[in-house]
Amino acid sequence: MQTDLPATFFTAPPGFGWLIILYFFIGGIAGGALLLAGLLRLFGTAADRPYIRIASFVALVGAAISGILLIVDLSAPLRFWHMVIQNHTGRLMFKWWSPMSVGVWILLLFGFFSLVAALESLTMDDRPLLRGLRFLARAPFDAIGAIGGIICGLALAGYTGVLLAVTNRPLWADSSWLGIVFLFSAVSTAMATLLLLSHWRRVDSANTNDWLARFDNVTLVLEFFAIVFFLLSLGGAARALLNAWGVVLVLGVIVVGIILPLVIQRRPSHSVVLPAVLVLAGGFMLRMVIMLSSEQIHVSGVQVFR
Amino acid sequence: MSSVTYGADAKPRVGFFTDTTVCIGCKACEVACKEWNQLPARGDGGAHLEMSGQSYDNTLRLSGETWRHVKFVEQFPQPYEGRWLMMSDVCKHCVQAPCLEVCPTGAIIRTEFDTVVIQSDTCNGCRDCIGACPFGVIDINHVSNTAQKCTLCYDRISVGLEPACSKACPTDSIQFGPISELRERAAARVVQLREQGESRAHLYGADPKGPLGGLNSFFLLVDEPEVYGLPREPKMPSRNLAPGSLLSTFGAIVMAFVGGLTLRASRMRDVARARREDAPRAD
Repeated sequence: MQTDLPATFFTAPPGFGWLIILYFFIGGIAGGALLLAGLLRLFGTAADRPYIRIASFVALVGAAISGILLIVDLSAPLRFWHMVIQNHTGRLMFKWWSPMSVGVWILLLFGFFSLVAALESLTMDDRPLLRGLRFLARAPFDAIGAIGGIICGLALAGYTGVLLAVTNRPLWADSSWLGIVFLFSAVSTAMATLLLLSHWRRVDSANTNDWLARFDNVTLVLEFFAIVFFLLSLGGAARALLNAWGVVLVLGVIVVGIILPLVIQRRPSHSVVLPAVLVLAGGFMLRMVIMLSSEQIHVSGVQVFR
Repeated sequence: MSSVTYGADAKPRVGFFTDTTVCIGCKACEVACKEWNQLPARGDGGAHLEMSGQSYDNTLRLSGETWRHVKFVEQFPQPYEGRWLMMSDVCKHCVQAPCLEVCPTGAIIRTEFDTVVIQSDTCNGCRDCIGACPFGVIDINHVSNTAQKCTLCYDRISVGLEPACSKACPTDSIQFGPISELRERAAARVVQLREQGESRAHLYGADPKGPLGGLNSFFLLVDEPEVYGLPREPKMPSRNLAPGSLLSTFGAIVMAFVGGLTLRASRMRDVARARREDAPRAD
């Protein structure tokens, strides 16, 4: 037994597997999408409306899938409501110091604002059934919806990293940088999703695409530096990445998911699809590496198996 | 960060003192715990017992179905020279309990005895407590599908009985009682061992000013804590809450501003371009 192991190496893995990896990925895209929809609603023009609609529906569908994934992942799924209501007293369940408890409420609020955003985007079509909801597109409700969506989107995108940091697991709890890493990655993957879907739906506003590409470039650079700071902050715990997961992190997440899209997007006439797909692949691999590299470490008896 | 006070209903703080120097590895504590708490055996419960194949320790670790585990630390540098260190491991019933801190359903509570108990009818198996426990104690019980661990025999101590494991221990390696009394006894034992030449004897988790505010289940060790599979400095998960949240909030503000400013700038350029294009037509 090595006596210089960080304290986090003596803990047991919680068994956060593929469902949680998928949730972190899809929830991140949904959170970033509502941020983009909110920004376009506040500062955009009529040409941005198709993008707002796509982003709003990405957020709404993402919120629904996220909820399902989280419930299915519980060991006792039928008790999912214990997260919001105390089963013994019937009172609301909320612990501000527990990121999982806060995250449940963030997801609920996010679901509300993504529904509002999706309904508002539908009122633009002048459908008779939705005429009663036109007030959502008028002041002050439009601004409240957009700002609420931006706040909830950013919160959903970032809280997952804080949740992992507030444990005692290797890598996750050995740094405070995971929240910001996940946040930047969520926004970049949301932009990639929006670019891909708008391309697929033949929504083509050069100005909006240009803004998305510029914003994406800045976000990818920030994500790169956040990952570097995360790795530097790990100290001795970084040894958990001296294996195949470390290779995936460097080649898959940093090279394929960040550097290649940045290089491709610098070329004058580049494809919309390729960099977006690479960013999405990098975002998924980031969550996979972070989750599974820690999950595989557990103390069994008095031996540390990796 | 949560505090529960029982007021007049509070009972004397109780816990375990485990003197590893007198543990003989008989596993009576494991069996007594399983019998009293009606916990299933590992594997299929009989015909196909799982063996580690590398040690006398076939239990290997604490789990949702094994709330006591006798660790066998085999120190054999030479074939005929060495020693076994044996330690009956259990939930530490931390004074500042990380599992209780993160539990999002309120399933984990502090009892009137200052012990930490998971209410099985409230837990929904989110597993946050498993990753938060600094000792790897908690796990999902596959019968109830909820997180479970030692309750310090809450049902027994509530009616004045001793927990099953300490009651069954034939060498008094596991001792149960009021914490203040156990600490005195443990300190005296350390002095006795040192007088006998075991200079490495020390207490793990007995210091109320130590990590996690001390452990209500503490140990007498004769080697480094890591040798027994225990972290030297167990920590609270909340140590990352403020810095992690602040960094994420900072990142969120940066994202909102960068996104808003670049979009605004893009739209201003569009307006300027449109004006330039319109200007000759006006002439």
